[in-house]
Amino acid sequence: MADWDFNPLMAGIVSYGSYVPYRRLKRAAIGQVLGVAAGKGERSVASFDEDSVSMAVEATRDALRGAKPADTQVLFFATTTPPYGEKLNAATLGAATLLPTEIRAADCTGSVRAGLSAMLQASDAVKAGAKQAVVAMADCRLAAPEGKAEQSNGDAAAAFVFGNDNVIAEIEATASMTREILDTWRAPGERFGHSWEERFTLTQSHGPILAQVIKTVLEKVKVAPGDLAKIVIDTPNPRAIDEIARALKLDPSKFADSFAPTVGQTGAAHIGLMLTGILPSAKPGDRILVVSVADGADAMVLKITPAVASFKPTRSVGQQIESKGDVSYGNYLKWREILPTEPPRRPDPDRPAGPPMLRSERWKYGFIGSKCKKCGTPQLPPQLVCVKCQARDMEPYSFADRTARIATYAIDRLAYSLNPPTINVVIDFEGGGRFLGEMTDCEPEKVAIGDEVEMTFRRLFTAGGVHNYFWKARPKR
Amino acid sequence: MASRGIKDRVAIIGMGCTKFGEHWDKGPEDLLVEAAYEAYESAGVTPDDVDAYWLGTMGSGISGLTLSEPLKIQFKPVSRVENMCATGSEALRQAAYAVASGAFDMAMAIGVEKLKDSGYSGLVGNVPPNDGTEGSMTAPASFSLLAPAYFKKYGLDPDKGKDVLTRIAWKNHKNGAKNSKAQFQKEVSLEAIKNSPKIADPLGIMDCSGVSDGSAAAIVVRAEDAHKYCKNPIYLKALSFVAGPAEGPLSQEYDFTTFREVVASATDAYKQAGITNPREQLSMAEVHDCFTPTELVLMEDLGFSKRGTAWQDVMDGYFDLDGKLPVNPDGGLKSFGHPIGASGLRMMYEMWLQLRGEAGPRQIKNPKLGLTHNLGGAPGRCVSFVSVVGREVG
Repeated sequence: MADWDFNPLMAGIVSYGSYVPYRRLKRAAIGQVLGVAAGKGERSVASFDEDSVSMAVEATRDALRGAKPADTQVLFFATTTPPYGEKLNAATLGAATLLPTEIRAADCTGSVRAGLSAMLQASDAVKAGAKQAVVAMADCRLAAPEGKAEQSNGDAAAAFVFGNDNVIAEIEATASMTREILDTWRAPGERFGHSWEERFTLTQSHGPILAQVIKTVLEKVKVAPGDLAKIVIDTPNPRAIDEIARALKLDPSKFADSFAPTVGQTGAAHIGLMLTGILPSAKPGDRILVVSVADGADAMVLKITPAVASFKPTRSVGQQIESKGDVSYGNYLKWREILPTEPPRRPDPDRPAGPPMLRSERWKYGFIGSKCKKCGTPQLPPQLVCVKCQARDMEPYSFADRTARIATYAIDRLAYSLNPPTINVVIDFEGGGRFLGEMTDCEPEKVAIGDEVEMTFRRLFTAGGVHNYFWKARPKR
Repeated sequence: MASRGIKDRVAIIGMGCTKFGEHWDKGPEDLLVEAAYEAYESAGVTPDDVDAYWLGTMGSGISGLTLSEPLKIQFKPVSRVENMCATGSEALRQAAYAVASGAFDMAMAIGVEKLKDSGYSGLVGNVPPNDGTEGSMTAPASFSLLAPAYFKKYGLDPDKGKDVLTRIAWKNHKNGAKNSKAQFQKEVSLEAIKNSPKIADPLGIMDCSGVSDGSAAAIVVRAEDAHKYCKNPIYLKALSFVAGPAEGPLSQEYDFTTFREVVASATDAYKQAGITNPREQLSMAEVHDCFTPTELVLMEDLGFSKRGTAWQDVMDGYFDLDGKLPVNPDGGLKSFGHPIGASGLRMMYEMWLQLRGEAGPRQIKNPKLGLTHNLGGAPGRCVSFVSVVGREVG
């Protein structure tokens, strides 16, 4: 078992954020179409224009509101569904969240444990002297129709900022274990995962591994199970939690919400989502046990500091669970391209080109426009000559976190889209600046002049193997 | 600095125009040769007489070779011009200025577009390599931005607004039914237009101009030479073309109920032609009714209606063929069809017929002055052309 605590610096979580996409798929809707037994509740669904990177951007933007982005020296992106197999997904995340370019960045993948593994790596980096480390975790896992996982999975993201100042949750101890077990697997090129039978994984993998890492990590901090304020365990098999609770005499009322009826199991993001779910109610001195199981396990004990009192996430998990709209099972199948559809009689979109994307990196990924130094008019995309006074003297101006109102709109039923009709809006930003672009996470009949919108980072389309990321408007959540 | 114009210095002495529509059996070369020869014959000249050519096409060919090759033009200047949907008008403007300058005695402006070979619905742009942030709004969606903005600004309830748009399409189809060269020579009921399948709400398919193939051509000479070739030429009173700064998607000051480019080109054209009250002085107009809300807004931008009142004039029949100021007597883009590069010259072709009393069942009584308006781009980001033509000098 890995086991080290090598730096006395007080390192830990200084900020966090989460993201639950707007769309929900009712499990009963799957049952109705496929004639299979349907579970209770609903699961979250990344929209047709979202993926693990775009969701990670949303969670990271939230987390960075509680920290200084410029202090970041390390960035980890954890997912089992990286949009690119080769090409650093964390680089897109860094560009969209305006992190410095002088950072160490890596994608952490291979198992749903990648979320917590990346947090431990970030903690180590900060303990080793990095000023600030950012961890984002997001997943958007596909499961074959009719399978259990199709219903039990969900899509979401979470992000944590690690540092040495204003730490709200200190990592007191960690324990890790890695085992070669055929539990859940997916080969490159395969769309759907496979799992071995549940009794085998429960008795031979999840159960015994959980028991061992929990004992080890609690012994390190000399904390009795009864002294834990909260317990956050993510395992692919929820029955393992019941068994471990009985075996180790853990109080079931202290277990964090797994969001099974409202969101689903969100892969590598899930441990983060559960943790961000309980942190707002944590009190100074609380000890929280966090364990993630898959191909072994990672565990940590967090100690909440007094600084927690002055931290509030911009958007809580609970708020995002309440902010939702349904997707039909048919549309879900189309969005994921599980159900092939007749293409429109329109040309496929062109692959965006490398050189122009590099030139416009701050605009395309960071949504940074310009502001006239002479007349002060903000404008986007960034202009060379002012639209108002024609002065040739502009400075960068950020629009990503500003709200706007709809000036007029168009419902385009002819344009190519996985989710027609495309809603185009002309929006006027508070403080100045106008943008003509797409609107997402809304119903066409509800769009109205004057509605308030905010910006969200999305994947517009994929062409020639290139994911075209850019910003869209969405109703204020 | 001034835009002086070339009032009455250039005349059109011959024109040709193919039928617009689905020409499955004709390529751009067939259409060009047909329109060019109709123009030669109309003017009573031979290919040898024409000194220079301006070819307008948005995407049916590149370079002057697109025209010189099928016509077998014998080593003369041919320029290919492009200015989006106003391409045909741009070709005419270049040809007219060339003869006015004295550089050539006779020039042809010709436009062509072959849209029905793409296999796609609507127009397809040819976009340079880019960063993927530009968006991909279709033309109907771009122009539909006008509708909610106009309705809201002038307090039109959306149902009433839809009736106004519907009547514009109805009127243009009614006019096109009297035109043997139009793509759609059929009247369409208000109900059928209003209930047509939605393309870009509130626009249905019947609010959109026809996607079609076609070509049109004009031969121009200096006014003093016109009577050598032609008993009743028509005279160019004004040609104005402006490109805007594309402020619509950038500036909160633009409200999507006007085309400032149209206002600028109309103001310039009226000054060149000496027109002070277009609503009263013009006998007719061919305008760029690519989508019904475009025609509605144009009535105000061109000074035919006061701001916020065009919808009333539309409902009152002011712009009907038998109204006080007939607009799109030939059926417009809606009914005649819109082969991009040809459309500006097709508008001029209607002026040619009407001013010479050759418009048959849709002839307007004794017209003296006409206007053509041709637009390229989208609301807030466009180029605009306005011409004024008349049957007499002065």
